Amino acid sequence: MPHAEFLTQFQAALMGGALPDGVRACTLRPPQSPETVTEYTLSPAQTDPRVIPCTAEEVTRRFDVYRNNVAHSLSRALAARFPVVERVVGAEFFAAMAPIFLKQSLPQSPLLLEWGKDFPAFLDGFPPLAALPWLGDVARLELARGAAYHAADMPCLPPEALMQAASDAGAARLVLHPSVTVLASRWAVVTAWAMNQPGATPAPLPGNKPEAALILRDRRDEVPVQEIGPGDLAFVAGLHRGETLLQAAAEGQAAEPGHEPAGILTTLARRGALVGLHMGER
Amino acid sequence: MPLPAAPGIGFKPEHFAAIRAMRPDLGFIEVHAENYMGAGGPPHRMLESLRADFPLSIHGVGLSIGGASLDKAHLARLKVLMDRYQPDSFSEHLAWSSHGIFLNDLLPLPYTPETLRLVCDHVDQVQEALGRRMLLENPSTYVLFAQSVIPEVEFLNEISQITGCGLLLDVNNVFVSCHNHATDPRRYLADFNMKNVGEIHLGGHDAEELPEGTILIDAHGSPVADPVWTLYAEVIARCGALPTLIEWDNDVPEFQTLMAEAERARAVLNAPQRVPEPAHATC
Amino acid sequence: MSVMSKALILNASLACALTLAAGAASAEGEMEKCYGVALAGQNDCAAGPGTTCAGTSTKDYQGNAWKLVPAGTCVTMETPNGKGSLEPIAM
Repeated sequence: MPHAEFLTQFQAALMGGALPDGVRACTLRPPQSPETVTEYTLSPAQTDPRVIPCTAEEVTRRFDVYRNNVAHSLSRALAARFPVVERVVGAEFFAAMAPIFLKQSLPQSPLLLEWGKDFPAFLDGFPPLAALPWLGDVARLELARGAAYHAADMPCLPPEALMQAASDAGAARLVLHPSVTVLASRWAVVTAWAMNQPGATPAPLPGNKPEAALILRDRRDEVPVQEIGPGDLAFVAGLHRGETLLQAAAEGQAAEPGHEPAGILTTLARRGALVGLHMGER
Repeated sequence: MPLPAAPGIGFKPEHFAAIRAMRPDLGFIEVHAENYMGAGGPPHRMLESLRADFPLSIHGVGLSIGGASLDKAHLARLKVLMDRYQPDSFSEHLAWSSHGIFLNDLLPLPYTPETLRLVCDHVDQVQEALGRRMLLENPSTYVLFAQSVIPEVEFLNEISQITGCGLLLDVNNVFVSCHNHATDPRRYLADFNMKNVGEIHLGGHDAEELPEGTILIDAHGSPVADPVWTLYAEVIARCGALPTLIEWDNDVPEFQTLMAEAERARAVLNAPQRVPEPAHATC
Repeated sequence: MSVMSKALILNASLACALTLAAGAASAEGEMEKCYGVALAGQNDCAAGPGTTCAGTSTKDYQGNAWKLVPAGTCVTMETPNGKGSLEPIAM
């Protein structure tokens, strides 16, 4: 059997299919000569007293180690990426839910730090979680934090560049650090996330309170989550789209009458989130 | 530069502060390649700091050298990492972990002329792409395959001879596999081509009771077991000091506990007891 | 207010904001990195999964989430589907 076919069989067996051809446990082939180590070579021969016969059940139990390793390691990898989701639903529920997600969304790459992008949508559509419609957005927030943590490093703009931008806000386009994300939710997603941090105590939440989050990796390499209002959200989203400061500020005001961008700009500058400046056309 | 013949530890981010504060006497530090393939952020800051203070070993866990084909994109990522950090050693496993999807485990393969050619071809590709010699590690296994016609030791020795790659001898894996397959670990070690060994791994294993007997699992969540220390001491006595890594990946202990294991390895490396050579040992 | 005067006001306000931001940017200077471990349980959560070359002996690959109800922390939120996260859900 070609190796690729063997791997296909083995992989199917890991997912619950029949064991691959030839899988054995503890069957030894008698050495042909004392000089040759052939213990690892297998044959159905059972004449050597050291040969231990194995049953189908025994082989399955051995193969189950691999099934378990794969399911357990991926489930724990998912929990490591989404610790708040795990805390909210409980470890037992999470462990039972993970294999269902795995069946439809196994990692494509060995880079587990990039895996899990489909998990929020899975949570949105998972019937046993229908009473937690906000949980998908909590997962989106956790995903954004992971992306921010591993985002590329960029030096932040010197103060002079911001002074230059101040000279013509109608032409200045600020480039945000690759770690910066904003997330808007119908639900109190920032509060739900914050009260499920280690050491925090969960409490009842209002269901009718939309919240938005600013997520970035700051100059100390921490990844804070900050709740922002609709004006800040529209402003940062505008900068993300490459709009001029003036356009972004106008969108901030459209989203939230009277919105002033000073607060969010100061936050972004202080945290090292402003990394480039273009004057004029894109 | 090869790794120094001294104890090293597998790096866990939770130990970073202790390592910075204590500047422990370690021959080298080993990291898993895949944890440093993000674009930026704290992992790279930590690795830069470690690189400045210690010889570095980069140990891949996702290249799937025993797979049907090599993931070129992953090899390219590995190349970027190697160029950036210039480690003193690079190693990977005789195992597969990807076949269209990534299974996050080191899975076994049958040892046949076909898989021997395939693995040699993959090792050639890796060594060519990275422009350096790699080490290939013996696996822990829980099953065997009827189609295997080459003993594992011979398979590894052949790969090393054909491709020029070095070997990474995981003494715990030898003990785990030999126990699971009712074979003699001393025989395995005697046949292992020690001349090509560039590093030794030591880690803890778990025991699981099955109706037919105990199976050992390479869990890296406990101290190295006494029989593994014995086998290790015999290897060092026979072949001399070698770079020796303590692996502890699950239920990560306090840094002091990990260092105590490294000190135990140092004691073996510093005061090897001569033992009689097995009849056909290769060093 | 005309579109033009609105833009002028915004421009002025932005100039002021950017001056403030420039002050903030320079005041902080280079910061000591926390290396992802300063806030236990916060940054390491963002880091996500690390790899391991080890197996596990925990036999836990079976489980039926369809028969379970979430039973984690007591976050309750009024939602269109009813109150709370911890009520058993009729499936």
